[in-house]
Amino acid sequence: MSDVPLSTTVKSFLRHETILAILLVLVLFVLAQQSDRFFTVPNLLNQGRLMTEVGLIALPMTFVIITGGIDLSVGSILGLCAILLGVFWHNLGIPLPIAMVLAIVVGAACGLVNGLIITRFKVPPLIATLATLALYRGFAEGISQARSVRGYPDWFFVLGQGEVLGVPTQLWIFIALAIVAGLVLTYTTFGRATYAVGANETAARFSGIDVDRTKLLIYTAAGLVSGLAAVIFVSRVSTTRSDMGTGVELDVITAVVLGGTSIFGGRGTIIGTVVGLVLVQALKNGLALSGVKGDGTIVVIGLVLILAILASNLFSRNGDG
Amino acid sequence: MSFEAASPRRAASTGAFSRIASAYGQELIILAAIVLLFAVVGTIAPRFTSQTNLTSIFVGNAYIAVAAIGMSMVIISGHIDVSVGSLIGVLATISGTLAVAGYPVWIAWLVPIVVGMAITSIIGVLVAYVRIPSIVVTLGMLSILKGGLISATGGAWITNLPPDYLIAQFRLLGVPSPVWFMAILTIAAAIWMRSTAFGRSIYAVGGNPEAARVAGIRVEATTVSIFAIHGMFAGIAAVLFATQLQVIQSTVPPNLELTIITASVVGGVSILGGTGTVIGSTLAAILFAAIGSSLIFLNVSAYWLRSVQGLLILATVLADMARRHRIS
Repeated sequence: MSDVPLSTTVKSFLRHETILAILLVLVLFVLAQQSDRFFTVPNLLNQGRLMTEVGLIALPMTFVIITGGIDLSVGSILGLCAILLGVFWHNLGIPLPIAMVLAIVVGAACGLVNGLIITRFKVPPLIATLATLALYRGFAEGISQARSVRGYPDWFFVLGQGEVLGVPTQLWIFIALAIVAGLVLTYTTFGRATYAVGANETAARFSGIDVDRTKLLIYTAAGLVSGLAAVIFVSRVSTTRSDMGTGVELDVITAVVLGGTSIFGGRGTIIGTVVGLVLVQALKNGLALSGVKGDGTIVVIGLVLILAILASNLFSRNGDG
Repeated sequence: MSFEAASPRRAASTGAFSRIASAYGQELIILAAIVLLFAVVGTIAPRFTSQTNLTSIFVGNAYIAVAAIGMSMVIISGHIDVSVGSLIGVLATISGTLAVAGYPVWIAWLVPIVVGMAITSIIGVLVAYVRIPSIVVTLGMLSILKGGLISATGGAWITNLPPDYLIAQFRLLGVPSPVWFMAILTIAAAIWMRSTAFGRSIYAVGGNPEAARVAGIRVEATTVSIFAIHGMFAGIAAVLFATQLQVIQSTVPPNLELTIITASVVGGVSILGGTGTVIGSTLAAILFAAIGSSLIFLNVSAYWLRSVQGLLILATVLADMARRHRIS
């Protein structure tokens, strides 16, 4: 309190991202000790492949949460787009490339509907997207009637199972989009508007920011990217089912919030989200390698989520958090 | 301000009928919807209103209505619990395991209620004192409970339940016990929320926490208590769920939290906090169960049920927002 420079140093040291980075190094170190298969190039690349769908959706979700909102419907949009990809191609005979584009367009439309409900009718995002979570998943189940679509052509699997320059194809897409998202959030008017809306919506409105348009674009982007993730998901697992993407919203929100984006809005970075994402995936993989069953890893992720927020809340009591 | 927030519904004009209509608008709409549904579907498929089907609708879904009572209190106070489905799965498994292990049945009934209260109290402390938003705490808790349950049990079924443990299959005056539980708990909770200081403070905390604080309500302690009471209802719901069949499948019933939240929200509990009644949430739970059952009788694929659920929440929420817009 008396020593201002020291306290600010301590504060910046205890910033959420710093805590997270230390945690990540610790986790990686422990996991590398646990299993010698963890720190191998094939394993790490494969983990990158597995985290792409969640990672992609986490990018627009970071924007959504920075505006003080949330989108619980992304997993259902993923499921609906996956089903529609199969229906467009298999049942309606639309050429696969066009079907892929159409599926992504439907994703964007779902996101737009979320945005409209939230901005036009002023429904809180939590409840609006809880409703559309049920609605979009319901459409997916109703349309598919529990029938799956298989037998996609070989070229389609390049997206989800192939490699470019030795790196999984979808990882390139994720890296490219992560860079774009990071640049947009940090260096553009739109990025600054995103922070402004989350920090103080009324003030943002008065300073001439089109709050509704900003939100509408962000929720539409979340839907669009969920559609893209659906196409990659289908390509990775070679089939479509209506329960695809169930619970993805949990993984996505965990990664974003773990990455230091404040659930109250106004604060967060793409780099933080990526670190959070890698931490979650490393934990999942490392625990699996050291013999913990899949369900046990969910427990750890839940604990990590709560403890990380707990730590950053306790340390930044006097801060803005 | 605090007085207005503390009243469950805006008491409007004079006259008994218009007073009831304005105080229980949402509840009356749902009641009308239930009557209409039974009349229409009952005409098309007479077996829909047979006693067997009615019993199965009420008995099979009473636990959802019971859980929705606690959920309504949580939502009225301005919070949410998305982990309640996993919690009920965990508590049902604890209850069944105790019963099979040979403990007295009252222990198998009581322990899940106590454990439920303990878990939701932890959630309440994290929400009220550590100020982590309830959506984040309960998302984390959902993972912990769901993963913990499946790791511990491997999804195995609990069988050989002692007959005197199966409380949901008891009858009193010919009426199945889950219906008694649902009716008595709903009425008791509704009266308690209207006419006790603590019950009213739930509305005050959700309507305007700052005003509630100024009015002398200990907001943090109240919030923890609300979560604890919610845990109690989840525990009772878990016992009803565990004892309705001869076996307990020790996994989390899929989408249970969504069904419970739907009942609360469609029942007129405003997601913005501050208003709503548990009578509405119980009626909504019945309505939703009846819709699910009627799809079968109308030969509509059950796969469309979730879309109906989504449309119902959306329509109710939009109507709620429109009504608020008109008032303000």
